Amino acid sequence: MSSEFFTNIGLSHYLALAAVLFTIGMVGIILNRKNIIIILMSVELILLSVNINFVAFSSFLGDLTGQVFSLFILTVAAAEAAIGLAILVTYFRNRGTIAVEDINMMKG
Amino acid sequence: MLLTAAFFWLFAIVTILSAIAVVTARNPVHSVLFLILAFVNAAGLFLLLGAEFLAMILVVVYVGAVAVLFLFVVMMLDVDFAELKKGMMATQPGLLVVGLAVAAVVVIELVMVMGGWLHLAQPLAVGGVPLSPGVSNTQALGLVLYTRYFYLFQAAGFVLLTAMIGAIVLTLRHKPEVKRQSIEEQNARTRSGAIEIVKVRSRTGVEGA
Repeated sequence: MSSEFFTNIGLSHYLALAAVLFTIGMVGIILNRKNIIIILMSVELILLSVNINFVAFSSFLGDLTGQVFSLFILTVAAAEAAIGLAILVTYFRNRGTIAVEDINMMKG
Repeated sequence: MLLTAAFFWLFAIVTILSAIAVVTARNPVHSVLFLILAFVNAAGLFLLLGAEFLAMILVVVYVGAVAVLFLFVVMMLDVDFAELKKGMMATQPGLLVVGLAVAAVVVIELVMVMGGWLHLAQPLAVGGVPLSPGVSNTQALGLVLYTRYFYLFQAAGFVLLTAMIGAIVLTLRHKPEVKRQSIEEQNARTRSGAIEIVKVRSRTGVEGA
């Protein structure tokens, strides 16, 4: 690897970073299949990687639309976290556990 | 330029390491704290990309609200996390293999997609909103958010409203043993229903009347 790789930060660097973050999020969902709180955090990581992609493209293509879209993603992610955690709290009150395996009352 | 590159590597490496720590930490509280670290460093990356407003939003909304919400839930729910953790690796040692296999597939797919994009003859012209040099990032976003994307902005507001109402409806509960003020009941009280006139003879209590 040349020193160019380390000093000249381009779009590819950000895309690679977002890809790695996305992958870590996916692996986190598989590794922590029992703990739904960690699964929710992994989803947040995946959304963060998508945001990094949007902002990187927006910055390097000189177009503001990506940042606007990223703002909407942040909104939806915040709403999702709030609803998800509320469901989690209600579920824990009713059943006393949050293990994913025990969530089978509807036989889905 | 060199300083920017140094900061990029700093933020990127810390982001990735803390993301790994989020999914592997034994204690969920540590997971949440590492999530906060990842978001703060991602905000640094956004700053490097010139998206200052989004960087600040990330710190305020994620670190200030969402991560604290996670922290509240993790700390308030009396979950036996050790029990949750125990079965993970011990009963299914193949889980890590599956996870790594999925990771490899995803990485290969992402590299293929990005490689295809990078070797495009010319960048796809999006024809959206060009960045104007003299305007600050926040101002530019405001100029376009309240005009061109106004309906989407309103829709985002409704999403948040729905989330708020949903969260309140889901988590609000009235315990029967807790006494609460009931305005309707207070207003419905009448003199005849509330007081009773009792003639009390001397040396006897109300009971004896």
